[in-house]
Amino acid sequence: MSSTESTARGTAEFIPSGIELGRRRHRRAQGTRSVLISVVSTVVFAAVVLGVLFNSTGWPQVQASFFDGKSMVNSLQPILIGLWLNIQVLFFAALGVAILGSLLAIARTLRGPIFTPIRLLAAGYTDIFRGLPVLLVMYLIGFGVPGLNLFERMPAQFWGTIALILCYSAYVAEVLRAGIEAVHPSQRLAARSLGLSHAKTLRLVVMPQAVRKVTPALMNDFVSMQKDVGLISVLGAVDAIRAAQIQVAQDFNFSPYVVAGILFVLLSLPMIRLTDWFTARAQKREQIGGAV
Amino acid sequence: MTSSTVPVLRVDNVWKFFGEHPVLRGISIEVAAHEVVVLIGASGSGKSTLLKTINLLEPVNDGQIFLGNEDITDPRVKPDAVRAQVGVVFQHFNLFPHMNVLANVTLALRQVHGQDRATADARGRELLARIGLADKANEYPDRLSGGQQQRVAIARAVATDPRLLLLDEITSALDPQLVGEVLDLVRGLKESGSTILMATHEMGFARRVADRVVFLKDGVIVESGTPEEIFDRPQHPATKEFLARVLNPLG
Ligand SMILES: Nc1ncnc2c1ncn2[C@@H]1O[C@H](COP(=O)(O)OP(=O)(O)OP(=O)(O)O)[C@@H](O)[C@H]1O
Ligand SMILES: [Mg+2]
Repeated sequence: MSSTESTARGTAEFIPSGIELGRRRHRRAQGTRSVLISVVSTVVFAAVVLGVLFNSTGWPQVQASFFDGKSMVNSLQPILIGLWLNIQVLFFAALGVAILGSLLAIARTLRGPIFTPIRLLAAGYTDIFRGLPVLLVMYLIGFGVPGLNLFERMPAQFWGTIALILCYSAYVAEVLRAGIEAVHPSQRLAARSLGLSHAKTLRLVVMPQAVRKVTPALMNDFVSMQKDVGLISVLGAVDAIRAAQIQVAQDFNFSPYVVAGILFVLLSLPMIRLTDWFTARAQKREQIGGAV
Repeated sequence: MTSSTVPVLRVDNVWKFFGEHPVLRGISIEVAAHEVVVLIGASGSGKSTLLKTINLLEPVNDGQIFLGNEDITDPRVKPDAVRAQVGVVFQHFNLFPHMNVLANVTLALRQVHGQDRATADARGRELLARIGLADKANEYPDRLSGGQQQRVAIARAVATDPRLLLLDEITSALDPQLVGEVLDLVRGLKESGSTILMATHEMGFARRVADRVVFLKDGVIVESGTPEEIFDRPQHPATKEFLARVLNPLG
């Protein structure tokens, strides 16, 4: 090795060697090839599936009653108006779940004998509402509570929102509780020894870490709730599904249901993608050893 | 130390049990202002437990602990108020991973001492500059080396100008080459007048930084004195045996 070479190595300038350039060329070629292969295989697969579908004997009837273009176009506007109601319900339900779910989770992690009744109540609540089908809770709350005549008349979507909050708070509370328990006790200790009160330790140190740990699970619950908002239609609220139902009855054609289905999928897609992205990122950080 | 000045910390005949097992058996220690007292002793001798009782993370079973004139073992004393006056650094860094370095350092200033963000940030940045980590203010703890994390933990503990600093084996989770930078920082704190009670296994460091060394065995203070007295002329056989073992572990 000559002396000029060793001084060149010492400088900060990075000039990739022939070997590295060769490796890069190879990687690029590989990348192009695998993209080509995946495109071709996807196209072939789709062609086969569609070929079988369109050539089946029942296809013309199915197409006429589920994919009728005119019925789809006509129903789009009322269904969109209905979907707006779903989105509003989703917004308030998510807010309510965040609050009630956190309170339940915190109640279940309280230590000390004074809190026993609170802890038991919270435990009982989560057990019951995780076991009850959402549809059943919808009926019980939506038709039962107004029957008590305790409150002034509220629209169906109000009771639907309450029912969703009651059910999903139970799921979310369990997820959050797991997150709270996964935060290392030394974190709590460190916060307390700085002089932070119990409440501030929970709010500033424990909860933010707990939520981060269970974000993928929470996002999945949110995606579930995104479709369960459609259940408010059973209470008579004119949401996307109810609007589709009305159109179906008018047109004697099922296509509006397909429209509503597509809209629900579109609504949930961003969240699903976000969940995947976040989970992948969290996994990558875990592998690097990000936890302190 | 003149007898008229009140020590920053006075531990008076403290007993601590875990179940039936006595871990501290009548410990008495005083730490005067600007003094550095180092606890040494075998694993399980009760060093960490003593530091925890002083920070009220563990209740004592008997005896008293005074911070200045206040008996902090009095059940009417608010633990949070005591902890706000005492800085603590543990063996593991225990930085808050969801906050950046500056937020870690300023948390107590903002949330316990009620400073506004600008004031707290100014103080935090000044401290980070002093420990040579000014450029890491906005980094998250998991992007720092072990030594850097431990220095931030120390900065976090001294940010509020605590009356007393408790350090528990702050270098034992570090690679040897990182130990130096953390110990330099502690020496700097001593020079700027901090009052420190620390537990350590680093005998060389104890000798250099301590005003007084206290040797603990099975929850009892066997011997205490200046570093020279303890390391060069230990009196008690248990002290001699312990030092022989830690200074020459293979012999
Ligand atoms: N929370 C606890 N519950 C029960 N026993 C405990 C608890 N904490 C400590 N002990 C016991 O108390 C004794 C003293 O522990 P301590 O942590 O104070 O030792 P140490 O001197 O700090 O040791 P090291 O040098 O290994 O850190 C040990 O026997 C330990 O098992
Ligand atoms: Mg210890």
